[in-house]
Amino acid sequence: MTVVSEPKGASPPRRRSFYDKDVQAIVWQAVFLCVVVAIGWFLYRNTMQNLAARNIKTGFDFLGSEAGFEIGETLIAYSPAANYTRALAVGFLNTLQVAIIGIVLATLLGIAVGIGSLSKNWLVAKLTAGYIHFLRNIPVLLQIVLWYTILISERFLPGPRQAEAFLGIFATQRGVYFPVPQAHAGWTAALVGFLLAAVALTLMSRWNAQRREDTGTARSLFLPGVALLMGVPFLAWALNGAPTAIDWPTLRGFNLSGGARITPEFAAVLFGLTVYTSAFIGEIVRSGIMAVPKGQTEAARALGLKPSVILRKVILPQAMRVIVPPLTSQYLNLTKNSSLSVAVGYPDLVNVANTTINQTGQAIEGVTIIMIVYLVTSLATSAFMNWYNERIALVER
Amino acid sequence: MEAAPPKILDDRAQWLRANLFSSPLNSALTILILVALALVVPKILSWALFNAVFAPDPQACRAAKGACWGFIVEKFRLMTFGTYPYEQQWRPLAVTILLLSLIGATMNLRLWGRRLWITWAICVPLMWILMRGGSIRIPWVLISGALVLTGLIGLARNIGFRDWRFISTLVLLLAGVYRFASSGVFDYPLFLATGMPLVETDKWGGLPLTLILSANGIVFSFPLAVALALGRRSELPVIRALSVGYIEIVRGVPLITVLFMASLMIPLFLPSGITVDKLLRAQIGFILFAAAYEAEVIRGGLQAVPKGQYEAADALGLSYWNKMGLIVLPQALKVVIPPMVNTFIGFFKDTSLVIIIGLFDLLGAVRLASSDVEWRIFYVEGLVFVALVYFAFCYTMAVYARRLETHLNVTTGR
Repeated sequence: MTVVSEPKGASPPRRRSFYDKDVQAIVWQAVFLCVVVAIGWFLYRNTMQNLAARNIKTGFDFLGSEAGFEIGETLIAYSPAANYTRALAVGFLNTLQVAIIGIVLATLLGIAVGIGSLSKNWLVAKLTAGYIHFLRNIPVLLQIVLWYTILISERFLPGPRQAEAFLGIFATQRGVYFPVPQAHAGWTAALVGFLLAAVALTLMSRWNAQRREDTGTARSLFLPGVALLMGVPFLAWALNGAPTAIDWPTLRGFNLSGGARITPEFAAVLFGLTVYTSAFIGEIVRSGIMAVPKGQTEAARALGLKPSVILRKVILPQAMRVIVPPLTSQYLNLTKNSSLSVAVGYPDLVNVANTTINQTGQAIEGVTIIMIVYLVTSLATSAFMNWYNERIALVER
Repeated sequence: MEAAPPKILDDRAQWLRANLFSSPLNSALTILILVALALVVPKILSWALFNAVFAPDPQACRAAKGACWGFIVEKFRLMTFGTYPYEQQWRPLAVTILLLSLIGATMNLRLWGRRLWITWAICVPLMWILMRGGSIRIPWVLISGALVLTGLIGLARNIGFRDWRFISTLVLLLAGVYRFASSGVFDYPLFLATGMPLVETDKWGGLPLTLILSANGIVFSFPLAVALALGRRSELPVIRALSVGYIEIVRGVPLITVLFMASLMIPLFLPSGITVDKLLRAQIGFILFAAAYEAEVIRGGLQAVPKGQYEAADALGLSYWNKMGLIVLPQALKVVIPPMVNTFIGFFKDTSLVIIIGLFDLLGAVRLASSDVEWRIFYVEGLVFVALVYFAFCYTMAVYARRLETHLNVTTGR
């Protein structure tokens, strides 16, 4: 576009006609805004009248009153005497729990399936391709309901009384019971030690990368890494009394008690989300790897690199640039799909909010809370993934 | 040193070696998989086939170790058509066949054109009438709405002032506005007796419901999606902000909340006295949801149109609507056909969510079938059956989308 500079003061004042582009722009936007506001006001007025006619309260006051319903699975302390805010927080934490575990598992499974579908091994390639095509074409809700039906059916799993332990693990139609170490300071110390070791390892690998940049040589961190991750927690455990007591699940009366339990609701939602999403991630990984030009592999091979090094250092870094944006939307989809828990009774946010709506009748507030929480979660996830995407993006000189 | 003569293997051995035993790792993998298959496949086969019961006999099913496909044989009609009255089920069957052949025809690009769209426009109300039956009452609101719409389209087409068409459209527009303004817009001036018994929408179910929800969803959300995509690329900040806000909010929340909102809040939004039935509410929710996703697909198409096309249209002095309607959109929409088919597959699967707000689509009908005490424990077989139905539909469409992509790439030379 050429910019014609007008001599200052010399130009006659421009007369704006109705057909002027800028005037039209403002007029149309004003009209459009008026229409939107009018529709909004119309809906608002109707809603207020309807709510008044039905004697439904408005506002978020209900959040402080007693919830009065049980929640099957809670990560934080909760009782029916707690208020609705607490109940919704429990639901949100359950959503996060299933979404985060689901994202991790779906990513691992998806990468395995995606790489497998490009394998030279005919059997592996066909099986993984079949996995991808079959599972992404069945609704995720159906998959969740199917898992749940299988997991609670007496035809496929025994009841708690008939179940036989395998390595102390009971797989029953009321969930999987497995032994856990009894709570003790030693285990907490081991966990803290593991986290510290992980932080130390991250710092070491950074330092190592810097060293490679500077000197061209770097040591392998594999052995020291394993030593750190295993040794530090072990030492922390041993120094804090080396607890060995284990809480075994045992049959008491009609039910199993003790140990830890994975409920069929949680397992069904997790399996359904993981399997469905991993099929999509597999396809994304596959096309990401396919997008790396063949010359890159050939050049790497010509340099004499090992196949595993070619995959890790040449293909994957380039494929990641293609993979990350669609991967982000899969993560968001998985998180949003966790709302389908309501179909099998896993107490996620939507499920708890649904109960709240049924009890208080305040549908608008309930749905608004769900929407805001999901919007914030989605925005946070995309912000993180955008940051990661920028980090791995091609640095052009 | 003399090189050893190459071993001559026959074709099959060569294939095996290249594809299954090319390296020690691959050989190990192959053997591992074969062992796993040998353990799992016989179990699945004996459950699904050898020990299965195909006769609709619950006692035999309970005695058998395998699957009970008799459940599907027994409840086949309920699973396919839901609670639709038994002797009237030829109607949903006709609707299903009609919709499937329409979708099939739409999949053939050579048939695309005005004739196909008019067929769609006629068939959608026709299917509704066929499903519902009874006497169809047409409210004033529909008639005056149609009048206003015809009037506006007439005006928008820049017909000369003296033209009789302009005058008649103006008359139509005024008549419509008058009808809107005058009281009793919800009177019903027209009755259409179909001669078929009335079947309310809460009795609709099964495969026809799934097809109706998804096909109507994509057809009616399309204009809204185009508008949103254009709005998002618009230079007018207010319009752009509103479009972006709508698209991002809808895409940021789960479909289930949109459906909750539609089913719980539409009754609150409307003036008292007006009721919208549950199916229509779900349909509206679907349309609003689908539009946001389609808008993003269409935006991708708009961005793929070379900038020179926009500039050339500007240089010709075309108005915004002419530029978009005649130059940009035809090119953009062609590019987005394959991703649109994929979006459609997504919506087809998503229609299963209406079960949560109490409609009986394919999945809901199976749940209904398994509420029969005698058959309750065979819900799994019903679900497997529905999963295969969904797979058949979605996989066909996915294969079609892939072929279309190759076809379009060849014809556009990209």
